[in-house]
Amino acid sequence: MDKLIIAGRSFSSRLMVGTGKFSSNETMVAAMEGSASEIVTVALRRVDVDNPDDSLLTHIDPKRYLLLPNTSGARDAEEAIRLARIARAAGCEPWIKLEVTPDPYYLLPDPIETLKAAEVLVKEGFIVLPYINADPVLAKHLQEVGTATVMPLGSPIGTNKGVRNRDNIAIIIEQAIVPVVVDAGLGAPSHAAEAMEMGADAVLVNTALAVARNPGAMGVAFKKGVEAGREAYLAGLGKQQDKAEASSPLTGFLGK
Amino acid sequence: MDIIFNGKPRETQASITIQELLDQMQLDCMQVVVEHNKNIIPRQRLAETVMNDGDSLEVIHFVGGG
Repeated sequence: MDKLIIAGRSFSSRLMVGTGKFSSNETMVAAMEGSASEIVTVALRRVDVDNPDDSLLTHIDPKRYLLLPNTSGARDAEEAIRLARIARAAGCEPWIKLEVTPDPYYLLPDPIETLKAAEVLVKEGFIVLPYINADPVLAKHLQEVGTATVMPLGSPIGTNKGVRNRDNIAIIIEQAIVPVVVDAGLGAPSHAAEAMEMGADAVLVNTALAVARNPGAMGVAFKKGVEAGREAYLAGLGKQQDKAEASSPLTGFLGK
Repeated sequence: MDIIFNGKPRETQASITIQELLDQMQLDCMQVVVEHNKNIIPRQRLAETVMNDGDSLEVIHFVGGG
């Protein structure tokens, strides 16, 4: 497959995976390995001193995976910026998946606060990958302030509903000058393939892997979906039309 | 003295450094990031940063997330 390039860095995989909601670190690692991802997202939270667990990072090989911390939990730009700075202080590369989700029911991203935070973080030298609703105008504004990607949602986080906003995502892809990563809501490899067939540069998947009966095997399935979609996009899909058009010749023997 | 540790009140000995507090709680400073009164404290300064009564401390680490 052709390489994905984000902020000058080249990746062989176009599938990013999240590390949340897995039943164990073993199944998380299995999903990461099965997916052949090179970018994995992580979140930042308070240490729970009453219930200490082993560190997540001992399970993620930094040579194999680029750690992409997110700002999940942030309700406004200020909180997102604070989380991004904490991630950098942890010793990560300055890549940040910017998420500002004030609404706890649908977890839809706040466009105004996301844009505000992106502007500050880009100036501070972060490589910013903003999670957004599929709003082409917002996507343009974010690219203008210097984000490294835009990450429109297919449907709300964790819903497994797939790409429910095709038309807007298609406009974002058409107008993008940075990679478009379809993030959130992709529940099946066919959803990932659909986004890639449309010309998305990559997808991000978490819940679909974490809740699968076999996360490792589902990682493999998503990898194949992403590859099939990308290859089909590059090969050139036929146009849809309403009337039938025969695949076999209609003349030369029977009938006329 | 009393501090606010990860949002909850906690009693500690007076004039304790952040590093000493982390050691007492068996937290590895390489695995966490510390905010002292909302300022990030670089790891090399944890041993020299002394806490005062009423200070707040946030100790953050990575968890699974999407």
